Amino acid sequence: MTQVLERLGYQVHFPEAQTCCGQPAFNSGYTDEARKIARHFLAVFRDSETIIVPSGSCTSMISHHFADLFQHDPKLLAEAHALEPRVWEFSRFLVEAAGVDDVGARFEGVVTYHDSCHALRELNIKTGPRKLLAKVRGLRLSEMGAAEECCGFGGTFSIKFPEVSGAMARTKIESIQKTGASTVVSIDSSCLMQLQGVIDRAGLPIRTLHLAEVLASR
Amino acid sequence: MKTPEADIQQAINDPRLQLAIYTATGRLIDHRAAVVSAEALPDYQALRNEANAIKKHTIENLDYYLEQLESNMIAHGGKVIFCRNGEEAADFVLDLAKKRDLHMLVKSKSMTSEEIHFNERLERHHLEAIETDLGEYILQLAHQRPYHIVAPALHLTRYDVADVFSKELGVEKEVVIEKQTKLARGVLRQKFLEAGIGVSGANFLIADSGAIVVVENEGNARLSTSAPKIHIAIAGIEKVIPRAQDLAVFLNLLGRSATGQPLTVYTSFLSGPRRDNEIDGPDEFYLLLLDNSRTKLLADPEKRQSLYCIRCGACLNHCPVYRKIGGHNYPWVYSGPIGAIITPQFHGVNQDTWLPFASSLCGACAEVCPVKIEIPKLLLKLREEVVEVKRRQDSDGMERFAFQLFAWIATHPKIYLLLASLGSIFFPLAPRIGPLKKWASQRTLPEPAKQSFHQWWADRKGGQ
Amino acid sequence: MTARDQILGNVRKALNRAAGQPPLFEAAPLPAPTLRIPRSDRSLYADLFVQKFEALGGKSFRVRDTAAVILAIADLLAQKSAVASNSPFLRKCGITGLPQVHAGFTEREDLKQACATCDIGITSVDYALAATGSFVMLSSHNEPRLVSLLPPAHIAIFPRSLILANLDELLSILPRPADQTSSMVLITGPSRTADIEQILVRGVHGPGEIYAVIVESE
Repeated sequence: MTQVLERLGYQVHFPEAQTCCGQPAFNSGYTDEARKIARHFLAVFRDSETIIVPSGSCTSMISHHFADLFQHDPKLLAEAHALEPRVWEFSRFLVEAAGVDDVGARFEGVVTYHDSCHALRELNIKTGPRKLLAKVRGLRLSEMGAAEECCGFGGTFSIKFPEVSGAMARTKIESIQKTGASTVVSIDSSCLMQLQGVIDRAGLPIRTLHLAEVLASR
Repeated sequence: MKTPEADIQQAINDPRLQLAIYTATGRLIDHRAAVVSAEALPDYQALRNEANAIKKHTIENLDYYLEQLESNMIAHGGKVIFCRNGEEAADFVLDLAKKRDLHMLVKSKSMTSEEIHFNERLERHHLEAIETDLGEYILQLAHQRPYHIVAPALHLTRYDVADVFSKELGVEKEVVIEKQTKLARGVLRQKFLEAGIGVSGANFLIADSGAIVVVENEGNARLSTSAPKIHIAIAGIEKVIPRAQDLAVFLNLLGRSATGQPLTVYTSFLSGPRRDNEIDGPDEFYLLLLDNSRTKLLADPEKRQSLYCIRCGACLNHCPVYRKIGGHNYPWVYSGPIGAIITPQFHGVNQDTWLPFASSLCGACAEVCPVKIEIPKLLLKLREEVVEVKRRQDSDGMERFAFQLFAWIATHPKIYLLLASLGSIFFPLAPRIGPLKKWASQRTLPEPAKQSFHQWWADRKGGQ
Repeated sequence: MTARDQILGNVRKALNRAAGQPPLFEAAPLPAPTLRIPRSDRSLYADLFVQKFEALGGKSFRVRDTAAVILAIADLLAQKSAVASNSPFLRKCGITGLPQVHAGFTEREDLKQACATCDIGITSVDYALAATGSFVMLSSHNEPRLVSLLPPAHIAIFPRSLILANLDELLSILPRPADQTSSMVLITGPSRTADIEQILVRGVHGPGEIYAVIVESE
């Protein structure tokens, strides 16, 4: 992601004190713990001009759910609201803020795109990544039926309900196989990890790549 | 209550069941998509917003509309019976049947009646309640509960049906579906004509008209409410909408969301016993208005939107979890995402504590809900409540400790970094530990990156 | 305390409302009913109705005037027994005079018996809806409920002028159907079920065969 942004002329900083957005705790009902982590996040990024996030689910946690966490703290609520317009999921930043769909990438092969749930339904990210992939030289995009079906990760869901999670991933992988793609791309690493785990267990010749990795390819 | 792990596993490992659930729900998904597309229904999103607004207004002024409904119903010659629970509803019917010396009634599909175990209560007192919807009739004979809000016998094959009919009706095994249907039709026709009472549910209660609306495809609800001399309707208090004209919004959403039909075959708008100039229709009409803890849900301003539900079943069809575990693995008669949010509210958050967590929060349900219930948001709220219950009970200590530890680590960046770099050493060991063991059983574990991003960044900085 | 008082009391307590309080519109406004009636050429409604009706499995006949009705349905009635409603329009079309048609019922039990044993029910309609191919029938002395319900086949004979655009237009003409009748039913296609293996079967409880005879001159 850093490479892509720098090639476009942006100056990239990486605040090293960053840790996590708190989503795992929030989604598991541990809102007090999530709040602590979110507070840390606000502190680390308070003075950042623009924050790029290589994850749809983290982005939606920050821009949609931080406000929920700080309902009763006017100061932090204001900070959370102030943060919202400065937080960008990576692909959205490229297409809508940088106004770019061609980053000069080259990637040979048949690729299929997986719409990660948070990105799709909470952030409305659907066409942006596809626009970017369309401009990658040598890449052929083959859409899967049910691209919008959940991969089954869901954070602690995959730990609490492993068989259901695995079954959901297997259904997804069946859809992927039908596309003939050798690579699955998404903007969420957690989805990719979920899918790769089940792909490897089944011994299939499919690899998962984050959109940023494809866009950085030359 | 513990997760029904074994049952869930059984459902997932049953290829026939998986195929049945997947194709049935898949068909309903496709049919819905075809009729709510931008071409077919350009006003779809506007209709959803209107439906949500009408429900919000009605629920927040529910007492007013219940009283309006009641007074208009009485004006048309009907009677309104408020029932605090299922027992009161059943007692009313038993009492009436006794007074009229009636021993059998016909019934059309009503999830509300399933909720209160209506048939069982009546049967205990020797009043036979015969289900007339084909799917429900088969289930009644098979002594099973519905698998899906709209398609109750989704999980059964024609061979299952042949077995049930031959066993319970004493007929030869018949596996041709059309013949099975004709058989049921013949048996039930007699019942419609003989029954002294017909019981129905209601999809909507219309306050300004003192009327109920019942939608169906078979004709059994029309027959149950037109042939017998007495019609009793059972409905939850949350079914009220203010005006008959609001049906323009709701009827344009219900059929489409449920089965992909712009209108179901029969849409009945019934307002009481037959009028003086009418030849047929019931002589007596009763509406049983059921609370059964709905007022408990009503009291929670954040979660009362659960009461907007019009029971279309779209959330079930689109839920990747429902499509794997099936309707019988939910603890109550309402399954799928709507079941997951209302069951803890009706029964208490300390029951079936696994239920709000049985979701990846993908949001597909909220996307298709015609009345825009924020299901994932409510699931998160319920999770928070479960965690609080467990904290007070002092159970689940290990998980709580894990998240407290995680929060501590995530607010101490140097420790976080240290652990991240050590993670590549310890990660492969993790699957030996309890909860992660099963997670790991489903997948081959990823190899941690050779160099963490922090290290890469630091190297770069050093090199400059 | 009666169940009624207790339930209404619980409702009010839950909502923080007082007895007799009018509805509050500020926090939760009630939108005015939005009736979406297409501005199209009424003369096309019959075409649309027929298209939708037949797509559902109904069969339609378009006849020039009331005198042509009997001929149009002669084959349907051959060797069959029928019950007709008391609709004046049916009389106008000569239906009630036919030998195999039993009409003029005024008693419920006689009507029920006749409908349960005959082959065809013949009615007119109060309205028809073009957008969905629906019949709209209001129960009255002229149109009892059971004629269109008990027999295995149903023929509806009506003037083309009764065809409305859609449900919304019906509700704009009839804002409170309960003022007129105890039962208004919209019939949209033949009775059907897909309860067993999702296989479609027609004629479960209601009529499996339905026919529309549209009289153009009326």
